[in-house]
Amino acid sequence: MKYETVIGLEVHAQLQTNTKIFCGCETKFGEDANTRTCPVCIGMPGVLPVLNKKAVEFIVKTGLATHCTISSYSRFARKNYFYPDLPKGYQISQYELPVCEKGHVEIVVDGKVKRIGLTRIHLEEDAGKNLHQPEGGASLVDLNRAGTPLMEIVSEPDIRTPEEASEYLKKLRAILRYIEVSDADMEKGNFRCDANVSIRPVGAKEFGTRAEVKNVNSFKFVQKALEYEIKRQAQVLDDGGKVIQETRLYDSTKGVTFSMRSKEEAHDYRYFPEPDLVPIVVSRETVEAIGKTIPELPDARRERFAKEYGLPEYDADMLTQSRADPEQGAGGVFRRDGKALGPAQGRIELDHGRADAALERREQGDRGLPDQAGPACTHDQDDQ
Amino acid sequence: MELYHLTIHELHDMLKKGETTSLAITESVLGRIRAVDDKVKAYITVTGDIARAQAEAADRRIKAGDNASPLLGIPIAIKDNMCTEGIRTTCASKILENFVPPYDATVVRKLNKSGMVLCGKPNMDEFAMGSSTENSGFFITKNPWDLERIPGGSSGGSAAAVAADECIGSLGSDTGGSIRQPASCCGVVGLKPTYGRVSRYGLVAFASSLDQIGPITKDVTDTALLMNVIAGHDPKDSTSANVPAPDFTKALKKDVKGLKIGLPKEYFIEGMDPEVEKAIRDAVKTLKGLGAKVVEVSLPNSDYAVATYYILATSEASSNLARYDGVKYGFRAQDAKDLLEMYMKSRSQGFGSEVKRRIMLGTYALSAGYYEAYYKKGQQARTLIKRDFDEVFKSVDVIATPTAPTAAFKIGEKSADPLQMYLSDIFTISVNLAGIPGMSLPCGFTKGNLPVGLQLLGRHFNEEAIIHAAYAYEQATEWHKRKPKL
Repeated sequence: MKYETVIGLEVHAQLQTNTKIFCGCETKFGEDANTRTCPVCIGMPGVLPVLNKKAVEFIVKTGLATHCTISSYSRFARKNYFYPDLPKGYQISQYELPVCEKGHVEIVVDGKVKRIGLTRIHLEEDAGKNLHQPEGGASLVDLNRAGTPLMEIVSEPDIRTPEEASEYLKKLRAILRYIEVSDADMEKGNFRCDANVSIRPVGAKEFGTRAEVKNVNSFKFVQKALEYEIKRQAQVLDDGGKVIQETRLYDSTKGVTFSMRSKEEAHDYRYFPEPDLVPIVVSRETVEAIGKTIPELPDARRERFAKEYGLPEYDADMLTQSRADPEQGAGGVFRRDGKALGPAQGRIELDHGRADAALERREQGDRGLPDQAGPACTHDQDDQ
Repeated sequence: MELYHLTIHELHDMLKKGETTSLAITESVLGRIRAVDDKVKAYITVTGDIARAQAEAADRRIKAGDNASPLLGIPIAIKDNMCTEGIRTTCASKILENFVPPYDATVVRKLNKSGMVLCGKPNMDEFAMGSSTENSGFFITKNPWDLERIPGGSSGGSAAAVAADECIGSLGSDTGGSIRQPASCCGVVGLKPTYGRVSRYGLVAFASSLDQIGPITKDVTDTALLMNVIAGHDPKDSTSANVPAPDFTKALKKDVKGLKIGLPKEYFIEGMDPEVEKAIRDAVKTLKGLGAKVVEVSLPNSDYAVATYYILATSEASSNLARYDGVKYGFRAQDAKDLLEMYMKSRSQGFGSEVKRRIMLGTYALSAGYYEAYYKKGQQARTLIKRDFDEVFKSVDVIATPTAPTAAFKIGEKSADPLQMYLSDIFTISVNLAGIPGMSLPCGFTKGNLPVGLQLLGRHFNEEAIIHAAYAYEQATEWHKRKPKL
């Protein structure tokens, strides 16, 4: 049978703040184990989180750059599970009310522009790292990374091929680098991708049962893991079997995915609103001010290059994948054949009127907590 | 009269006049602890050497002319769920039996700066879960008024230490009544401030949206003095309110003419202990006699408070207590074969049965498929309970109720029946759900010579109205001057 593939991607991007998301520890890596820690990020009894202002600025910036609605009122939730690299026994994340929703990015495939929807972007803290000594040895925990700010960017199931997935990731990486919120370096683990994959007979309207493929840590592997997984699912269906909902891991040396846990074994994370943090309230002024810091983005630049220089979409796309400005380079913009196209033109300004539309008033609803006097509390160590 | 008998303000006056020294006060209190704590068992840790060193430092400050701080040189006990750098902080749990925090709670830092002398860390119900101190992982604290009775809980050690003169003042924490109910049982003054008034940084969390630190003292003046030190915004606690803290001693006024006091009819129910009811009604009469206006009010959703509390508090607790996993600090079970077994054995052996019961309740309430029916419903009920108070406070300044349905009960009387135990907080729990401040102060004694507590409640961030009414009442009565015979 012929199948159509449906892919949704979840990307975890590390924000390039100077300090962690809920404490003043440096976000520096490659240091001796547990030297970039304090009572807060190692989850001592009695400690409390204080939100890093910069992390909020960065996610709002990302939301604006990806055409999202920015919630004027959002909040953190606790995701509860036990693991040694998670010092509090819960991860502070967002659940019901993320900062950004309903955005999109555009990719170019076969010379055509395709829009990939974004369901949401939310803030959360990273976990630490477990280090396992060889057989019979101890397992050690390094919490230097615990509390590093992450954005989780969740796409709609709009992706149809491994190639589109790869283009989407490249575009996302380019945007994050353009707006300088993340170095988005996949090899360093600063840009991690989980893929939800399902297949369905061509023409079918219902989605098939999906598998989540985790642990894919390079662009090449994303494509390979997806190709393998699509083939595997097609084989299962062709053999008269059923795809089961499960989480699978990608083994890059063998080039295969294998089952990690089934739906039945899936965690119940018992999400509930984080009572130690007040809701994040973002004002229109803040969104506008952040909007003004956004440079010309890859899509706008691609369109402009295509228009001004008569470049094919593919070339325009290639030229806009990194922020390094081809117009400011030694010879301006080049065609693939090496012919110079001309000098730099004026930049397209971001439409700052967008802040209005991006800000959506949230019903505060029945959060049931006594009203807090005073503004939301944030720490500013990053500004120093 | 021994030095340990006196209050913070009396001792501060003596220190200022040079009539005594902090070291003399401290030795007096430490001597009292040696003399009576075998009977009362108020303390998990007595910090004698630290206390003497701090007393000497305080005396040097006083000698140098720095005697402005009312807490300078005064021995204070701090409940064993507030982190003290370098000093064991156990939460009365085996799982933290040997835990020594690397940092001070904000209240401890503030008190240290004010020059207090830390005389020890009092006993409590494990992780503040209980109403009798019988849930301590180590031993039961006795009521100084009757050693066969409970001192209340969870801050039972803090209240008993104050009542038995084993400290001059203390700090407790209150999640559903844990300052007020023991204060009532032990015949002392206990204030739970408005949620957000005092920083929770360094208070080992039980239920984050309900926990609040407050003073337990021998009289209302001392409560105001301690509040002056511990209240105020803390950038380390996002839920601490950014509102200026007043000088609480300005509310120590005897004149209550025109003050409006509400009596909620739901708190005077059939079948309540007649001795308790009489003591409360007499107290209200006294306040009326002093010029206050008394009106009946209604808090119609009071019935839902206990159920709401035990869903929300246990839900938060199940998450807050996840960090005690044997990985980083605290107790780790030996001979575990793998990670799961290490978790299960460490937590099974480390936690006591009430803590485990609440972790299970909360885990259940937050589980997929039950969240809407329990946690979410609980939050909605909480909003209704808060609105009840908002409504009543449109027309009154202070609400007066009993602190607890009975005076201190016998050790063992309720420990076999958790529901009976939960009901001892029936009059205090709503206050935490609403986030408003509440105080218990002595207002009489039963025929069996057990103290009865009057509970006074105020609007958000209006502890002053409570302190005002309480001080006027206290100055007109003698209850706070009675001492247990030990």
